[in-house]
Formats: sequence, structure tokens, C-alpha cells
Amino acid sequence: MGDYPSRSTNATAGGSGMPGRHVRSAGNGVSPRSYEEPPLGGGGALPKKARFSMESGFRGLSLAAGLMVLVIIVAIAIFLISKAVPAINADKSNFLTTKDWFPNDASPHFGIAALAFGTVLTAVIALIVAVPIALGIALFLSHYAPKSLATPLGFVMDLLAAVPSVVFGLWGRDLFQNPVRDFSVWLNHYFHWIPLFGGDGPFGQSILLGSLVLAIMVLPIVTSLSREVFQQTPAMNEEAALALGATKWEMVRTAVLPYGKPGVIAAVMLGLGRALGETIALALTLGITFNVSFNLIQAGGNSIAANIANTFGEANDVGRGALIASGLVLFVITLVVNMTARAIIYRRREFRDSAA
Amino acid sequence: MTTLENQMPDVVMTADHIRTKKLPVVADLAIAVVALIVAGAIVFGTGIGNWVLALVLGLVLYLVGLNIAAGRVEGRRAARNRMWRAAIYVACLLAVIPLASVAWTLISKGSSRLDGDFFNASMNNIGARDAGGGAYHAIIGTLEQVGIATVLAVPLGVLGAIYIVEYGRGKLTATIRFFVDVMTGVPSIVAGLFVLSFWVLIVSPWFNHGTPRFSGFAAALALTVLMLPTIVRSTEEMLRLVPGPLREGSYALGVPKWKTITRIVLPTALPGIVTGVMLAVARAAGETAPVLLVAGGADAINFNAFSGNQSSLALFVYQQAGSASKYAPDRAWTAALTLVAIVLILTIAAKLLARRNRLSR
Amino acid sequence: MKLQRSGYVAGIALTAALSLAACGSDNNTSSTAGSAANASAAAGSCTTGSLTAEGSTAQANAMAEWIKDYQGQCSGAKIGYQGTGSGAGVQAFTAGTADFAGSDSALKPAEHTAADPKCPGGVAMDLPMVVGPIAVVYNVDGVKDLQLDGPTLAKIFAGKITKWNDPAIAGQNSGATLPSTTIQTVHRSDSSGTTDNFTKYLGTVDKADYTFDHDKTWKAPGGVGAKGSDGVAAKVKSTPGTLAYVELSFAQNSSLSMAKVKNGAGEYAQLTADSAGKLIEGAKITGTAPDLTMTIDYNTTQAGAWPIGLVTYEIACSKGSAKAADIKAFLTYTSSTGGQSVLSDLGYAPLPESVRTQVAASVAAIS
Repeated sequence: MGDYPSRSTNATAGGSGMPGRHVRSAGNGVSPRSYEEPPLGGGGALPKKARFSMESGFRGLSLAAGLMVLVIIVAIAIFLISKAVPAINADKSNFLTTKDWFPNDASPHFGIAALAFGTVLTAVIALIVAVPIALGIALFLSHYAPKSLATPLGFVMDLLAAVPSVVFGLWGRDLFQNPVRDFSVWLNHYFHWIPLFGGDGPFGQSILLGSLVLAIMVLPIVTSLSREVFQQTPAMNEEAALALGATKWEMVRTAVLPYGKPGVIAAVMLGLGRALGETIALALTLGITFNVSFNLIQAGGNSIAANIANTFGEANDVGRGALIASGLVLFVITLVVNMTARAIIYRRREFRDSAA
Repeated sequence: MTTLENQMPDVVMTADHIRTKKLPVVADLAIAVVALIVAGAIVFGTGIGNWVLALVLGLVLYLVGLNIAAGRVEGRRAARNRMWRAAIYVACLLAVIPLASVAWTLISKGSSRLDGDFFNASMNNIGARDAGGGAYHAIIGTLEQVGIATVLAVPLGVLGAIYIVEYGRGKLTATIRFFVDVMTGVPSIVAGLFVLSFWVLIVSPWFNHGTPRFSGFAAALALTVLMLPTIVRSTEEMLRLVPGPLREGSYALGVPKWKTITRIVLPTALPGIVTGVMLAVARAAGETAPVLLVAGGADAINFNAFSGNQSSLALFVYQQAGSASKYAPDRAWTAALTLVAIVLILTIAAKLLARRNRLSR
Repeated sequence: MKLQRSGYVAGIALTAALSLAACGSDNNTSSTAGSAANASAAAGSCTTGSLTAEGSTAQANAMAEWIKDYQGQCSGAKIGYQGTGSGAGVQAFTAGTADFAGSDSALKPAEHTAADPKCPGGVAMDLPMVVGPIAVVYNVDGVKDLQLDGPTLAKIFAGKITKWNDPAIAGQNSGATLPSTTIQTVHRSDSSGTTDNFTKYLGTVDKADYTFDHDKTWKAPGGVGAKGSDGVAAKVKSTPGTLAYVELSFAQNSSLSMAKVKNGAGEYAQLTADSAGKLIEGAKITGTAPDLTMTIDYNTTQAGAWPIGLVTYEIACSKGSAKAADIKAFLTYTSSTGGQSVLSDLGYAPLPESVRTQVAASVAAIS
């Protein structure tokens, strides 16, 4: 890729002077004005500002690199749309409401409904399972565990976030499937009157299995982010609560949790973003069906990302376009989720900075 | 803090409550034992489940029993305190079980093919009924793809962070920072689709007589998209930690800004930046989805990332996991173990480096 | 200082990587016994070109074995076959990215018109090369030798029979203890000639119940999908209560239980290379030479014949391919008696001799 096309233009744009104060610079108070304004005294020894100096070149280069991020995000949207639109036009049925996925036929008809539903359902269930546990671990690490235990445990949590998803997928399919199947059979036997656990089998590669594997995968992310905000609770707030006679739990509930709430919400949203986009673990653990059903334990389920991984190899031109279109839907969903999360974090950061 | 906490869990200062009563440890244990026995009796007596259910039911009974007993002895608030603490400990245990299972499976199943052949042979000429074969081609693929991605992403990421910290201000910088954060959350499969539609389907035909071709380089591009935001973020944080007086000293000596950045700021922040890069590399090495979409996968060794299909370790795991050969699961697990080892070594090294770094907290 | 240390570490890692790079090898000398026996098969017709091919996963195992043998005898020859699916293979051939394609279905007229321009002066021809019997596999605890007839299979895959202990199944399996659980059918989630042939069979034996058109993608509702023959086999293996169709070689690779299916002669046939060969003996060549499209009679009344199978083709140019000599040399080997004899070990059936000689004649005419 590289930044060659944009470098020259940006170099001149960047070099055309950025006077004024250096607001966001690190180590507040640094303001290298000497290059924007004539020095006040003894400046005769300083070099004169050259028109095309290394300075402006370097600045332009870094600006180009910074803009690259924006370029990539925009390019992702543009290229996905450019490949998706022809496929959606070729679609003989409604892309948003159709459940089937036959993009490779002579008269292609496919739709995102079942896939998008499965994507959201697995991610939401994963979070319902993972968030309480993750918050428990985060509180344990920040407020309950002795330091000698909290440090290594936190380290292990960080390591877990780095384990590749294909490993979790493999584990989920080869090992975790049997316990989950037994559990599903048990649920079905006693709770079949609840639609979630209805049906009459077979069980195994189900939404439940996929969601549980996902839950294990998002656990470290939610944990480490919420631990960070819990640790940032001002000691004053905690001590004030204790001084009023609160028990430890009451202190956590009245001081730590309210303070960390926006951070936790953001962590959950980021976990949701990760869960929505997870590919390989779900491709290995879901039974592939194209239907919209809240039944969690019967073999079935599908997600946008898993479907891409599963059917990509056999897809023809329209099929590829259809998969890219589904990827575009996924991109939009995750973009909305992520931007919401970041907006929450940013607002909170301002709040904290102004309070500090 | 501790004094209050220890001595005043119940602060209703009536004559009865002036001294708090505590539930003895023995009672705590007794409740646990009774809860387990009752749960076992219920579960196995009625035959509605196995030991897992007994354990779970026992746990619930324990929490309830503890709440009641502590409520009687210590008061309602103290009881709730106890119950929540127990719940938090349980959450921790609950998380450890699957993780320990993953680790154990990796080691026990992964060690079966941990032989020299595995690291020295490819899957070329290995039929569905042949034992043997190895991941050499996949390891080469991973190294090359991640290497190229690092070469592309590090300069871009570091320069981008320099712009944000040293030069940028106002709306543009805020926008860039915001989208760097958003880009962190772009699913890897979307990055793969992007490179597929941009590089493989549109650009690569220019070089290949009009037909789109997969390549390791395309995978490297997708990994670059994934690594870039991580590197920008970590570098940005490190640059902010460089003390202002260092810069001021440099300016005072008449050193131009770009030279201050390259000679003073970057070397000071370098260990931290390297840590961030290593974490990004570790994440990229474990990615399967983009490689699956744009590298094509191959059985034979291909050193040339710019032409022809390539495999990668993560993709190798996925492909072997989907193969019906009876030798495939062993290969998949051993490759998974190798992959995890590489990723964890990188991560641990990065964390140790970060710990030695004076700048970080 | 610290920097230097990390520099050292990087240096060591780089050296390690380089030394690793120096010693890997693609030479996996096969340990299977079959290959040595056919050592003479390709003698005299070696070329040293490289061929790219892709297509049917149904013949992927056969191709892997053939390529292994062929490359073993013809040093310098390099053939790559990716099992990407019949649809993808035909497309790659039409697009020019594959020198020849493997497909489970002969080219349709529309595909012919698209593919023929790739063969200036000739046509894209379908050469039957491998007979792939399709096994009906199941995973039910405690049930051995499941017996089914065609209409029952059609009803199950159409979703009209849903329980293992349905009277229709129980009636054919007296003595077996069938569970009351649901039958989970597994089908290919990708486009596949196996699906095409299996649905053709279902539609032929019970048009009234299986009302869906035969197609490369699965059209009937219900059931779960799995990617590729490998995926189907793996899913059946790991999920009790499943019933699926998969090529014999994959069923054998995963040692799955195979059902006996009633043929047109009224007997429950066990799937073996032998019984599969009998199915093909009854098949007719309907293409006009050099194209050798075959039609299988699923209601075959031949005694002992397994009723469900497919013929997988190599699609190659009769004339005008840039790599005609390489293609000819390789296909000459695969259509020789030596090449065909490899197949039965792999869960395929060799071509009947009458068909094989016609294929060899078509191959010999490639130029």
C-alpha cells in the first residue's frame, strides 16, 4: 500500500505552517515556538526557517501517516460497497429479509436476515454469560485479591486475550462440545417447555456452544478493561464510604461501581464488537443452518463471519460479492457498536480530566 | 480503612449491637458441607442430573445458606457482604476451569506430533490416508506475512502517533484519534474482505495477466490493517510519557523539532514502542480469517510471498481441523500448540520489556 | 543499553528463523504400499511441465494419490490440485486459471459455450476418470447395519420422516433398537457435484416425496450444512443422531457407519468397490466423442449393485491448450490400468474396462 500518492500533497499541506500553541503535546508546557516566531533575544545564532526544510517534510510525512488511518477506514467502506452493490443488484430476492443463501445459483437469491440474527444472538448471549463473570474477576483483581495473587492473575488474563481464536474454536469443537451436549440434553429434558430449550435434538453444535466459546474469548477483554476502571476509583471515595460504616460490598456498590459504570459499559460494548466479528471460533462450533430461531440448544446457528469463512472457497463472482455485502453489514454493525463505545469512553475521559 | 472495615461492619450503635458478632469459620465450612450433601441427595436421589449439577446446586445452596446463617448471626448487611464476596470468588473459579481445560488440552493433544518432522516437512504429497506431514510451509508463511505486515505497519503507525502527539491538534487530530480507536474494533474478517476486494480482485489482476491471484503479500496487507491501530495507540501512549523537559532541553540547544523527535523523543520511548509492536505482532500471527480469504492456502513450501498461494500457521490449524483424515487432528493440535507458543512468547517478552521500561507506570 | 539487548534478541530470533528456513523440505516420501506397485504406469510419457488444476473434492483423494505417484516417477513434473469444489473448478477452467478441472457433473450446454473458447480448434471435453460411490452414513449409538430403501431416504432428506424410530425405518430394521430422537440430516453447505448426484438419486427413486430439483447446492429445507466432504464426515462423526451422504473414501477415512440401501433389484446392497463398479457397468455414455459424458441409472436392476454414485470427470481441452503435452501425459497415466488400480484402495471404484479404453483413446487424441 504505502503512502506515496498522498505524501507530496500532504507534505505541502503540512508544511504550510501550523502556527499557534501546541495544545495536545506531551509534557504540557512544551511550546517550541522558536520555529514559528522570531526569537526574542540572541536569536541571531539560530538557523533560519527554510522553505522546504526537513522540518516540514517530516511533519508532512507524519501527517500522511496519520491520515492513512482515515484513508483506510474510508477505503474499506468504498471497496466493500463497490463489490457488494453489483451482487445485491443481482439478488433476486430482498437482501435484508431473505433467510436463504444461494448466491451461486444461476438466479441468485440470498439474504442477510438469518445470518445477522445469528450474529447478534450469539454475541448477545456470549455477553450475558461473560459480563457478570468478567465483572466478578475484575472486582476480585482490583479489590478483593491480595496483591501477590492479583498481579499474576491479571497477567494470565492479559495472556489469554492473546490466544488465537482458532485455538478456542478447535477446543470448543473437539472438547467442549460433549459437556455442552450433555447439558443441552439435560436442559431439554427438564425445561423443554421454555422455547429457548425446546426442540427434540439432536444437540451439539448449537448456538449455545458457539456462545459459550465466544463468552470465554471475550472474558479477558471485558475483565482487563473493567479492572482498569475499577482500579482508578479515587481512594477518597472508597474511604469515605468505609468511613460512613459501609461494608466492603456496600463500598464497592456505592463507590466503585458507579464510578466505573461508563467504563464498564464501554468495555462491554468493545467485547460486543469483538464477539460480533469473531469468525473462526464460530465457524468451527456452530452447526450451519439458515433460519431464524431462538432455540439455543438444537444443532444449528450461523453468523455472518462464520458464513464467510465457510462458503468463501466455493463462491463464484456473485457469491463473493454476496459475501462482501454481508461483510459490509457486519462492518456497519461493528462500526456503530465501536463508535458508541468510544464515544462513551471519550465523554468519560473529559469528565475525569475536568474533575481531576 | 482497615480498622473501620474490620470492626464496624454493622454500625447500629444500640446496646445490643455495640460489639459485632462474627460467623465462625467452622460454621462457614459446615454450611458448605451440608449444602453439598443436600445437593447431592437431591440430584442423585431424583436422578435428574450428574455431579456437575450437584456441584452447581450445592454452590447455590451454600450461598443461600451462608446468607441466612450470617444474617442471623451478623446482621443483614454483613451477610450480604459475605455473599457477594463468595460470588466474586466463584466467578473467578468459574473462569479458571475452561481456561485450564484449554491449556491442558493444548499440551496433552499438541505434544503428540511434536517431532522434528513436523517442523521440517510440508504437507506436500500427503494424502488423506498418509501419516506424517508437517507445518514447515505454514510457519514460513506466518513468518513472512507477519514480517511484511510489520515492515509496513510500524513506520506508518509510529509516524501516525508522532503526528498525533507532537504536531497534531484541533479537530483533525481528534478525528484521527477517534478513528484509530474505532479501527481497533474492525473485525479481522472485514479487513480480509477489504484486501480481497481491493488488492486481490482489483489490483492483483494487473500483475497476473488479468486473473486475480491470492498471495502471501495480500495476507500481509490485511494484517497491516489490523496491526496499524494497535501500534498507533501504544506508540501514542509511550510518546506522551516522554517527559517534557527532555524536549525543552533539546529545543533550548537549538535542535530542530524533527531532530528532537527522531533523536530524543523516539529513543526514549523506544522500549515502550517495541513492546506495543510485539503485542501487535502477536495478535497478527494468530489471525486466521484474513489469511483464509486472501492467501489461498497451500500444501507446498512457497518462499515467495508475492506470487502464489501461501499458508499460515493459523490457517493450517483451521484446515487440518476441517480435514477428515485420522491424522489431521494431531497435526491441528500440534500446530495450535506451536502457534500459541509463538504468540505467548512474544506477549510475555513484550510484557517483561514493558515492566523494565522506566517510562511506563 | 536495554535497546541493545532487545537488538540481540531480535538478531537471535532472525538467525533462528533463517536457519529454520534453510532446512525444510517438500519431500514427503510416501509410505503407502500402493505407489510402488504402479511404478511403471507412467513410464515413457513423462513431461516436466507444471500443471495447475482444481475442482471436485470428491476426487481430491484420488488426485492426491495420482499426483504423488506421477511426480514420483516423473521427476520435474509438478502438478497442483486444489479441492475447491466442482463449481469453482469449472469456473477456474473457464477463467483460464486452471489447466484442467475436476468436476462431478459434466459441463452443461451453457458452460460448454463459455469453456470452449479456451480450447481454440477443439472443445472442452468431459473425461470420466473416477467412479465415486456415495455412501449413506449415520451416527446412531448401538445401531449396526442400518437398512434403508430409496423412498425412505428421500422422505428423510425432504423432512417428511423426522424420527429414527419412524415405522418406515423400523419396518426395514427388525431387531435393531432405534432411538426416538430426531434424525439430523447433514448436507454440503457448499456447491458440490456430490449433492447434485445425490439429489438426482433422491428425485429419481421418489419423485412424489422429494420434489426439489437436483442441484449442486442443497435446496431442501431443514438439516444442517457442513463445508466440504471433510466437514460432513467430521460433523457426522461428532454428532449422534446424524444421517448424511458423503463419498465412500471420506466415509472410510473417518470410519463412519454406512447404511445398506435397497437397489432396483430389490436387495439391500452393501457399499464396496465391487458393488459400486456394478452400478457403473449399467451406465451409458451419452456424450459424443471425444466428450464422454455418462448417465447413471439409479434404478439399476443389476444384482448386487450399489445404487448411489457419481462419475467424476476431468475437464480438459481436446485441442489448443498451451499445456496440452503435460495434460496428456498426466491423464494418460490416470486413465491407464495402473493408474486406475490405485483407486480401489482409496474408496473409489475403477472405471469398467470398456469405458476406460474409450477414455484412454480420447486422451491419446489430445493435441
